[in-house]
Amino acid sequence: MTLRTFGFSEFGFLLQALQWTVLLTVIALIFGGALGFVVALARTSRSNALRLAAATYIQLIQGIPVLMILFLSYYGLSLAGFELPPLFAAGASMAIYASGYLAEIWRGCIQAVPKQQWEASESLALSPLQQYRYVILPQAIRISLPPTVGFAVQVVKNTSVTSIIGFVELARAGTLINNATFQPFRVFVAVAILYFVVCYPLSQLSRVLEKRLHVGSSR
Amino acid sequence: MSEVVVENVHKSFGALEVLKGVSLTVGRGEVFALIGRSGSGKSTLLRCMNGLEKINSGRIEIAGHVLGGDAKALRSLRTDVGIVFQSYNLFPHLSVGENIMLAPRIVKGVPRAEALGIAREVLQLVGLSEKIDAYPDQLSGGQQQRVAIARSLAMRPKVMLFDEVTSALDPELTEEVLLVMERLARDGMTMILVTHEMGFARRVATQTIFMHKGTIWEAGPSGPLFADPRTPELRQFVKADVK
Ligand SMILES: Nc1ncnc2c1ncn2[C@@H]1O[C@H](COP(=O)(O)OP(=O)(O)OP(=O)(O)O)[C@@H](O)[C@H]1O
Ligand SMILES: [Mg+2]
Repeated sequence: MTLRTFGFSEFGFLLQALQWTVLLTVIALIFGGALGFVVALARTSRSNALRLAAATYIQLIQGIPVLMILFLSYYGLSLAGFELPPLFAAGASMAIYASGYLAEIWRGCIQAVPKQQWEASESLALSPLQQYRYVILPQAIRISLPPTVGFAVQVVKNTSVTSIIGFVELARAGTLINNATFQPFRVFVAVAILYFVVCYPLSQLSRVLEKRLHVGSSR
Repeated sequence: MSEVVVENVHKSFGALEVLKGVSLTVGRGEVFALIGRSGSGKSTLLRCMNGLEKINSGRIEIAGHVLGGDAKALRSLRTDVGIVFQSYNLFPHLSVGENIMLAPRIVKGVPRAEALGIAREVLQLVGLSEKIDAYPDQLSGGQQQRVAIARSLAMRPKVMLFDEVTSALDPELTEEVLLVMERLARDGMTMILVTHEMGFARRVATQTIFMHKGTIWEAGPSGPLFADPRTPELRQFVKADVK
């Protein structure tokens, strides 16, 4: 067997895998975001039962390694007779993982809106739904931008765990190419650079947003 | 015709009884000043009047609504009762105009053009017509407070409640806000205001209520009440203010 060298076509393969990493991140943020948003609302609701349920969910998800969520959804469900394609299992696991953290981040943002904003809008006869829609959430969303973008960076990096169920994202692609070329240093430097190229702009964006929101509240 | 009737209201926070049987009647167009030491229950009484705090017993009727109904009844009450707080509480993400138009539009369903007309009108009333497109953080404290008053007026309330609305302001800014309130009073608005501005209470309020330890300690027409306090507590309170 002849060893391949790490050349253009191999790099192209990594780039392709990077697309899967990005896709997985996007799936995690969209579905995890939707679920996390509902959990955040429940976590800040007036109902004790809802708050407790949401808090339990958050604790549970944050208390389990992503890897276990992945195993549970991939192997657990296949044991139960559902054969999940890796993308589905990976996407679902990452979304569940993201939902637990986004819910907690957004809970903090909703609660960071001063309680006087609730009182003022309540006193103007707004219903609770209208208070959320027109007064609380617009402010909470502004507050949430830096930490949410910051969390997206974590998601990008954490997608690498899905390689373990055979999903070929960037980390898995790196391993495969290394097996074929046995040039681990070159291969993984390339992989690391690709992660960096995605994560660095996000981190910077988060920082810029943070700064901009800190300088007074003017837009 | 009375616009506000408070009957034997009791209110506790846990074991702490803050209102111990408060009763008062405010006629239409009257201006009541609530004065008293810190912690005497002034804010609590005011907040009970628009349902921000729930009373333990007693009865409150305001602008033709009786407190204690369901959420919908409470919202209906609040369209008729405006409240302004010490800390302005404008919505920072909305312009002045949007702050004012929000409740008329989404609560009362007033069309945009009409809501804009209302916004212009109430802004003119508080002397801030040119600020309609400004954002709250571009305004001084006094201007923000006047916008907060305008925002309440845009709902066409029958009663206005004010909780120490000038306490966070410098003296010059206090004056511009008091002027607006005085004009409102002259125009016949029924008003209840918690205030530390004794001069203002004396000049503008038809009645002044001195609260002490959760009860109405002394009450009556403002002139005589300030000129000749009957209780030593009020005498002391008024004297302390002069100093
Ligand atoms: N939400 C609350 N929970 C517990 N205690 C409260 C609450 N709100 C007010 N109190 C207490 O009730 C008492 C009366 O408070 P209130 O705010 O009505 O006084 P006040 O007369 O408005 O005083 P100030 O002049 O300082 O504004 C105080 O002892 C206060 O600590
Ligand atoms: Mg007070």
